[in-house]
Amino acid sequence: MVKNDAEDLAKKMREVSVAEFFEKNRHLLGYENLTKSLLTIIKELVDNSLDAANEAEITPTIKISIKQIKDNRFKIISEDNGPGMVEDKISYAFGKLLYGSKFHRLRQSRGTQGIGVSGAIMYSQLTTGKATKIISSTGKNKIHEIEMMIDVEKNEPKIISHNEKDNEKGWHGIKIIMEAEGRYTEGKQSILEYVRQTAVANPYAKIIFDNPNSKIVFEKVTNEVPVQPKEIKPHPYGIEIGIFRRMINKSNSRNIISLLTTDFSRVGRNSAIEICRISKIDHKRKPNTLTHDEIDRLHEGMKKVKLISPATDVLSPLGENLIKEGLKKEVKGEFFVSVTRPTAVYRGNPFLVEVGIAYGGDLKQEGSAQLIRLANKVPILYHQGDCATLESIIETDWRRYGFSQSSGSMPQGPLLFLIHFASVWVPYTSEGKQAIANYPDIVKEMKLGLQEAGRKLAIYVRQKNKLKEKMIRKQIFERYIPEIVDSINDLTGIDKKKLKEDLEFITKKNTKLEEEKENGK
Amino acid sequence: MENDTKKKLESLGNKVAKEIKERGNPSIDIPIRSLKNTIYDTESNQLKLGDKVSKRSFLNISHAKSFMQTLLVASATKDLVKGGHHTSLRDLYYMLKRTLPNSSENTFDTQSESDPCIVDLEVTLNVLRENLNLNADIRGRVVGKVEVVDRGDSVDWSKLGSGGWAIPSNVEGIEIKKAKAKYILVIEKNAAFERLHEDKFWKDNDCILITTQGQAARGTRRMIQRLSKEFNLPVYIFTDADSYGWYIYSVIKYGSISLAHVSDRLSTSNARFLGLTLSDIEEFDLKKFTIKAEEVDLKRAQEMLNYSWFKSPEWQNELKLMLKHKYKAELEALSGKGLQFITKKYLPKKIKNKEFLP
Repeated sequence: MVKNDAEDLAKKMREVSVAEFFEKNRHLLGYENLTKSLLTIIKELVDNSLDAANEAEITPTIKISIKQIKDNRFKIISEDNGPGMVEDKISYAFGKLLYGSKFHRLRQSRGTQGIGVSGAIMYSQLTTGKATKIISSTGKNKIHEIEMMIDVEKNEPKIISHNEKDNEKGWHGIKIIMEAEGRYTEGKQSILEYVRQTAVANPYAKIIFDNPNSKIVFEKVTNEVPVQPKEIKPHPYGIEIGIFRRMINKSNSRNIISLLTTDFSRVGRNSAIEICRISKIDHKRKPNTLTHDEIDRLHEGMKKVKLISPATDVLSPLGENLIKEGLKKEVKGEFFVSVTRPTAVYRGNPFLVEVGIAYGGDLKQEGSAQLIRLANKVPILYHQGDCATLESIIETDWRRYGFSQSSGSMPQGPLLFLIHFASVWVPYTSEGKQAIANYPDIVKEMKLGLQEAGRKLAIYVRQKNKLKEKMIRKQIFERYIPEIVDSINDLTGIDKKKLKEDLEFITKKNTKLEEEKENGK
Repeated sequence: MENDTKKKLESLGNKVAKEIKERGNPSIDIPIRSLKNTIYDTESNQLKLGDKVSKRSFLNISHAKSFMQTLLVASATKDLVKGGHHTSLRDLYYMLKRTLPNSSENTFDTQSESDPCIVDLEVTLNVLRENLNLNADIRGRVVGKVEVVDRGDSVDWSKLGSGGWAIPSNVEGIEIKKAKAKYILVIEKNAAFERLHEDKFWKDNDCILITTQGQAARGTRRMIQRLSKEFNLPVYIFTDADSYGWYIYSVIKYGSISLAHVSDRLSTSNARFLGLTLSDIEEFDLKKFTIKAEEVDLKRAQEMLNYSWFKSPEWQNELKLMLKHKYKAELEALSGKGLQFITKKYLPKKIKNKEFLP
């Protein structure tokens, strides 16, 4: 599991130098090749800015600039209007790998991917040997300009220079300037696609994307900001063994009962005693005296006791309105539908699924539907084939909603799907963190969301087809009238004008009757 | 006759015109031509059209086009009859094919759309295609000691060399003066006809040889009926041993499902089936000359098992043999026993012993 990976990585880091660790684990961290490395840098910067703005409840404006300096060498600048950072936190926040607490807290957030901005700085340093410049202010204090590198021996920040400037205009935010090796492409799994999908997922954000080929501005289309997610204590059903171990080792609790009731959600005194009984461990023991085996037993035992599901009001959905606004921003469709499912639980982790569908308009009439996948509001671009989102679409019967679909495939037609998976913990299938695992509870929720959206869409599509059919009907009758008039005139000699008038009357009367029939019932 | 056909076409126009004037839903009632509406009349030994009728109406979206097409064909044939012109089915298709204004839709896309309209009119108005001045395909040749007068020319079928006489699509106006023969032998395949002609089989055996060259055309079927009726001649039919060959026989004898309305004029109920049968294959030791039956052959045989005019024990036996052995044989298989086996052995034996199927 990914959570274990992170723990293991942290442990390994104590043993080997950071540089060595980074080199060995590039593929886990999103830096396996030039194209993906550049994408990962941009992702880390943008996700960080969006999370910071969200926490401060600011509608974000983010500028990203990528300029080619020479072959495979790029200058990258990101700037946001977030809350900024106080000066003494800056160097540690950006200059120490795995410094952030995101790995250990249970809260829906973007930045559980990769190893954060410090990883990007590390990569920049390894490929160019240059320092990264970080400019920040909280708006109330001065503007700090810090040039820094990472001391790979100690895994600590190394400040190269630190300047202060007056902040007359009260600017707040963070600006990061770095150089790195990479390759810029535009296509299905590119930075441009990532930024585009990010704009869809965050319609309240303005994103200015200045890339080697063009400058694109994704305007914000709403001031509505989604509600803040809440932090929760882990639920015994969902806790991973690695984290559980760390919690026990670090615990100062007097006994196991106290640990279970205060550090976990939904565990009362009786449940805690029951857990200990099932695990055959004395509940009066001090947690940090437990052996490796005993911790394992306790971890198993926790899952056997009946507990209330975790709180479900802790997640931050995009909301049906924002999904539609986001889709409208990117696609000139003719119909949009969105569904936010209520919170559900998989393995003790609360999660919720949101579905959006854009239909018609500029979308391609022929060919398979397209899919935007979001995990905690972050687009995921790779390994679509392994993802629970795709499986859910394929397993839904779209023929029921008026679309053609061969078994085991996406439906056909002018369709763009958006599926958002929000959770305190996203279960990725692989190290690359690009596909959501297909746990039955998750697939079920996704399918329910898709079906609900499908039903709403089908109503529109049927209405539209009916109108079209009516048009064609009318045209057909009118098209045949002259031929019929000529033939009857030839057979009988009856006046053409009279025949035409009568046939036109008959056609009109028929159309009217059909309409009445439709409206009447 | 001409006047009669013209009147019938006009009356169809008047019926539709009346419905238009009354501002109802104009329509044409067309007898259904399908197996379900085909009756095997054991009295006359003919297939007859039942009384089921389908209404083809203008306001029904799935009928509108064929309603228009039927009227186009009616109007065009009226002009033919009025002007005394004759034309082929293909010509008629081209006469009527055009693109409708302000659209990419054609009046007719293929000849397979105009041909059924003609039969629809025949059935609806109870007229013959020949009376609509439309010629069917010319297919079928004949040789024998027969003299006819065709458009004023005297023709002696015994003096036409190796090609024989091509039977025209409309044989109504032909006068058969003389026929010196004991029977008529109808052969499905051209190659077998040539073999028999070259061997002077008709001369030696006093018979008329006709090849249908596949499924018998209307002119050929009418000619067989006329020769048989007017000169009281028995008719023997000789086809491949497979479901399609046997169906050719049944069409000549009883009429066909699609032209059940004209069985009267086209069928020859005293026709007998001479061969090839699957039983022949065993009797004449032809097994090594058989061909594997295709899926379609077997499917056809299965269908024919249920046709009421194939219910005789002999035919049920033949069809079941085919389904059992899953093989078939062509007429040419007889040549495997020697080139003249067919003329010297097979046919004389069959005809002499009257080994026919009903």
